[in-house]
Amino acid sequence: MSGAATVRPRPTVPAGAPTAPVPTGARRGLEIRGLVKEYVPGQPVLRGIDLDVAPEGITAVIGPSGTGKSTLIRCINRLVEPTRGEIRLHGEALTGLRGRALRLARRRIGMVFQEYNLVERLSVMENVLCGRLGYVPVWRAWLRRYPAEDIERAFALLDAVGLPDHATRRADALSGGQRQRVGIARALMQRPELLLADEPTSSLDPKTAVEVLELLARLTAEAGVPVIVNIHNVELAKRFAGRIVGMAGGAIVFDGPPEALEPVHLRQIYGGEDWL
Amino acid sequence: MSATAEAVPDPLRPLRREWQRLTPRQRIGRWAVWLLVVAALVWAVRSIDIIPEFLADAPEQMADLLVRMWPPDLAHYYPSVHAALVETLHIATLGTILSFLLAVPVALLAARNVCRVPALNGLAQLVLVSSRSVNSLVWALIFVAVFGPGAAAGTFAIAFRSVGFVGKLLAEAIEETSPGPPEALRAAGAPWGSVMLKGIWPQVQPAFWGVALFRWDINVRESAVLGLVGAGGIGVVLDDAINFFHWDRVATVLLAILAVVVIAEILVTRIRARLI
Repeated sequence: MSGAATVRPRPTVPAGAPTAPVPTGARRGLEIRGLVKEYVPGQPVLRGIDLDVAPEGITAVIGPSGTGKSTLIRCINRLVEPTRGEIRLHGEALTGLRGRALRLARRRIGMVFQEYNLVERLSVMENVLCGRLGYVPVWRAWLRRYPAEDIERAFALLDAVGLPDHATRRADALSGGQRQRVGIARALMQRPELLLADEPTSSLDPKTAVEVLELLARLTAEAGVPVIVNIHNVELAKRFAGRIVGMAGGAIVFDGPPEALEPVHLRQIYGGEDWL
Repeated sequence: MSATAEAVPDPLRPLRREWQRLTPRQRIGRWAVWLLVVAALVWAVRSIDIIPEFLADAPEQMADLLVRMWPPDLAHYYPSVHAALVETLHIATLGTILSFLLAVPVALLAARNVCRVPALNGLAQLVLVSSRSVNSLVWALIFVAVFGPGAAAGTFAIAFRSVGFVGKLLAEAIEETSPGPPEALRAAGAPWGSVMLKGIWPQVQPAFWGVALFRWDINVRESAVLGLVGAGGIGVVLDDAINFFHWDRVATVLLAILAVVVIAEILVTRIRARLI
């Protein structure tokens, strides 16, 4: 397994991915082909990303600020519109979807944010239930008539993330770590087939960051949900991810297991060497 | 030390720098602005045709009026002034509610983070500005022509005048919302209505009720004068009393208006303090 690390250009199949050809429509995970994003025409932030993510395990994307990690993740659920390229989840193209089809695709993909993005003035319970808004009609959301099974699951998830007594507290009364736990519960409420985490621990202290990542890793492993996490803490990435993808200048420059990540790769990803 | 002597060949150099707050150009600009202000003032005073004799005996006239007003004819209060007062409150309340029904859709169109079509933003802004550019007395004249004299005209006048105010403040509140929560809900596949309900509305809610109370407070005062043009409310009673030179009754009406405005102010302040 240690030989799996390569320095790009070739997309590598991650360790543990099925090597035999799989039938169309099966759980093939995420496939990204030739993804380009230009916020300003002619200035690509992503320069043709090719990446396959197996339908299990944690993949950490590391790289310096401004290198397009966040853009990459947001292109997957189309919070950012890709300029070119193709993204498929279990064989179904996510790029090009519009309207209702896009909504239905998005509810299969959970997302955890750096700034939590909770609705501050709503209770913890309602924030968790927000994860079901893709499934629940608007009038039910308005009248807060969520299906009983959703409420039950929300309670179960609040137990799982360690906030059993916080259901009726307002989100703005929580600490950062607690908020991110609610964010994780909200994302898992969707019963996602893929979880995206955009710098989920960058606003947290080191201890809380580890606890939150441990929780994320445990719950997603239990639910069998693959995770793509942007993270700029290399040590955390190596500790929790089964696969590290290093980005620099809008391209993937390293792809392999954490054991294979050497100082030479870090120099390539982050540049310079005095910091190592 | 010799090193210091070498480093400072001219010890007075820092003191010789001159500091000026404004460049000559800015100074001329400021003089020009002052000149314009004075010219405008002179022009304004000359154009309003103050008749010196009237100006001279104004204090006398005021004193005479006050004497005629005292003591107020409090017996006149019930039932005619009282009924008119209640009608005024009804006009203000219904007018405020009606204005919100009209203003909310326009505010959504005007808010650039909700409606991403610049042409519609502009159109909504135009609607809001034109509502505000017409004084409520002028609106009242228009609606008296439409509905005939009475409280209906007053209610619509209040509503149409308030739309601009309410719509502008609501649009601003919507634009100031944090983009994070709605983004999270979109990422969960929530339909537009649910994103608005759970992502935007909780953030706008305090501003919404604040604006509602504030505008109601203003409308109580505004609807007190609408009767002068026949649009119902206590203004009608006031107008009659002035026309018949019943200055003691005028005093009663003015006192009643004052009392209501003070009570409204206290009420609004209390409720708002509790709300936020």
